[in-house]
Amino acid sequence: MIERTPILNAVTHTVLFLGFLVAVLPFVVVAVAASHDLFHVNLVPMPLLPGGHFWENMTEAWTRADLGHKLLNSLIFAGGVAAGKVFVSAITAYAIVFFRFPGRQAIFWAIFVTLMLPLEVRIVPTYAVAANVLGPYQTILDVTGLTDLIAWISGIRLDLQFGLLNSYTGLILPLVATATGTFLYRQFFLTIPDELVEAAKMDGAGPIRFFVDILWPLSRNNVAALATIMFLWAWNQYLWPLLVTTDPTHATAVTELKQLIPNVGGVPEWNIAMAGTLIVMLPTLLVVVVMQRWFVRGLISTEK
Amino acid sequence: MADISIRKVAKSYGKTSVVEALDLDIHSGEFIVVLGPSGCGKSTLLRMIAGLEEISAGDIAIDGTIVNRLEPRERGCAMVFQNYALYPHMSVADNMGYALKVAGVAKAERLARIGRVAETLGLTALLDRRPAQLSGGQRQRVAMGRAMIREPKVFLFDEPLSNLDAKLRVQMRIEIRKLHNRLSATSIFVTHDQVEAMTLADRIVVMNAGKVEQIGTPLEIWHRPASRFVAGFVGMPPMNLLEATVETDTRVRLADGTPIDTPPLALRPGTPVVIGIRAEDVRVGAAVNDPGLVLAVDFVEQLGAAALVHGRFGGHDFVVTAPAALAEGAPEGLALGIDPPALHLFDAATGRRLATVNDAAALARPAVLAPTA
Repeated sequence: MIERTPILNAVTHTVLFLGFLVAVLPFVVVAVAASHDLFHVNLVPMPLLPGGHFWENMTEAWTRADLGHKLLNSLIFAGGVAAGKVFVSAITAYAIVFFRFPGRQAIFWAIFVTLMLPLEVRIVPTYAVAANVLGPYQTILDVTGLTDLIAWISGIRLDLQFGLLNSYTGLILPLVATATGTFLYRQFFLTIPDELVEAAKMDGAGPIRFFVDILWPLSRNNVAALATIMFLWAWNQYLWPLLVTTDPTHATAVTELKQLIPNVGGVPEWNIAMAGTLIVMLPTLLVVVVMQRWFVRGLISTEK
Repeated sequence: MADISIRKVAKSYGKTSVVEALDLDIHSGEFIVVLGPSGCGKSTLLRMIAGLEEISAGDIAIDGTIVNRLEPRERGCAMVFQNYALYPHMSVADNMGYALKVAGVAKAERLARIGRVAETLGLTALLDRRPAQLSGGQRQRVAMGRAMIREPKVFLFDEPLSNLDAKLRVQMRIEIRKLHNRLSATSIFVTHDQVEAMTLADRIVVMNAGKVEQIGTPLEIWHRPASRFVAGFVGMPPMNLLEATVETDTRVRLADGTPIDTPPLALRPGTPVVIGIRAEDVRVGAAVNDPGLVLAVDFVEQLGAAALVHGRFGGHDFVVTAPAALAEGAPEGLALGIDPPALHLFDAATGRRLATVNDAAALARPAVLAPTA
């Protein structure tokens, strides 16, 4: 802006600062609560100055909820989902933008429509598939009478079973498809000039070489943006990991926080719960801080 | 180095025909310029040769091999694009070496060849730069280098100079021709710029509306345009074209009744024709032998060495080249002299050239007649 408007500047800065306070206050409360002992955290009102039990609360939360293990699970889960989404949406968009085949537009719109079907809406069928990936095929065989036919011919009754519950695959795979990512890549791929594709063809690069050597390096900002968004999204998932992981060895940090939340009638150890929350929040904060620059660039995508 | 033979090649998108049954033989080592207005199908023709566009009918053979079904990389062509199409994330060296890398050439040899090509094009100091850090002319050079490095049988140029400023364009034009003389690979150069066509080509292919209007050397195109379209398209300013009717064997009459002497014709009196004469072939001035022809001057474009005088003659817009001194002081009228040998005659209906006895001698005639002022 070339305009010099000191008053307007002051007002905007004030608004911005108020917004910052509103955004940061819950974090402060969590941090402060995590630093008090059981007595102080339950005072009404809770003291707003930090107490001296921060480190011991953190250690307690860490061991009680087995956060070391759970954070690793979360990392594998969120990292896997982010990597999977980045890769799958990149090759999906590649197919849709650069190849001409029947039903191309129909497929794109079919993917686009799934934007309206978030995980929560389709969670029951998704769970059913995760519980037995081959279930739908079994149903087809049953309905068409093929199961009976096979049983009659061979004497073996088919019962296809391939469950993904309580496994990293089960956690990650059903969440990997993403309309948002496909759309983001599609918009970026559409800005790639045709001449660049043709130049690569003239240089002898086939479709896979073009993708690896030209398209992927050019879309690194989009990759960073999408990976960041999807990592955060996956890290914060609650419902899906809760459903799929009945066995705590595969539970994620976010779902395991419930171990720290005091039961009705239990000891109200909110200080421990808040300490755990703080630990679980930390990786996402780090990701945002580190990736922020790429993230913004990937979303504005005007780099020349 | 390779012959290219194009037989009845056509391209259509659904019902829209872009190129119609086109025949063209290109000799090994020849520099062919395909010239035409935008939308005439010239780029489509080039892209069909490159293999970037499928052909709807006909055959294209490079070096005797039919390449209709071959991938671009199997055809041995290299292409320079209008917007250069450099890979923005790669250095100049990587851009030029990419084709070799794809072809699996060992790194040492790759670097050696990049070095040689860069030296030829004066790019040695820029090898580590990214395309974004280069000027237009430098990018153009990199694009040329990328094509040269593969030592292709055929070079294809798709309006490569149209994004450069006027001065660079002239410079690059000369460099492209020098390069061709040295490499002597077959080159096909598509442009809408007639100056590029005239200066670069061994032979020019003039295209219009998906068809070839004329194939010939620059001088043939200049002196014996095969059609009204070619006559109007090649030449700056464009050739004056006037509607006329045949009166006798050696005379036609313009729409407004002005008689013009022509070379001997074998046409029935009353036949409608179009006569053409280049601005610089018209004699201008006071001392003219035919006092009946006068140009009503509208305005003068002073070029310094000469002047273009625009006006009305014979019921048509008419341009002549006049000596700068004569055009000074905005004269109201100029006396014109039209010599029969300087005339081009075209069929009014088909637009094709009508043969006259002068055609045989045409190539021997000097291009510009000295004004008699």
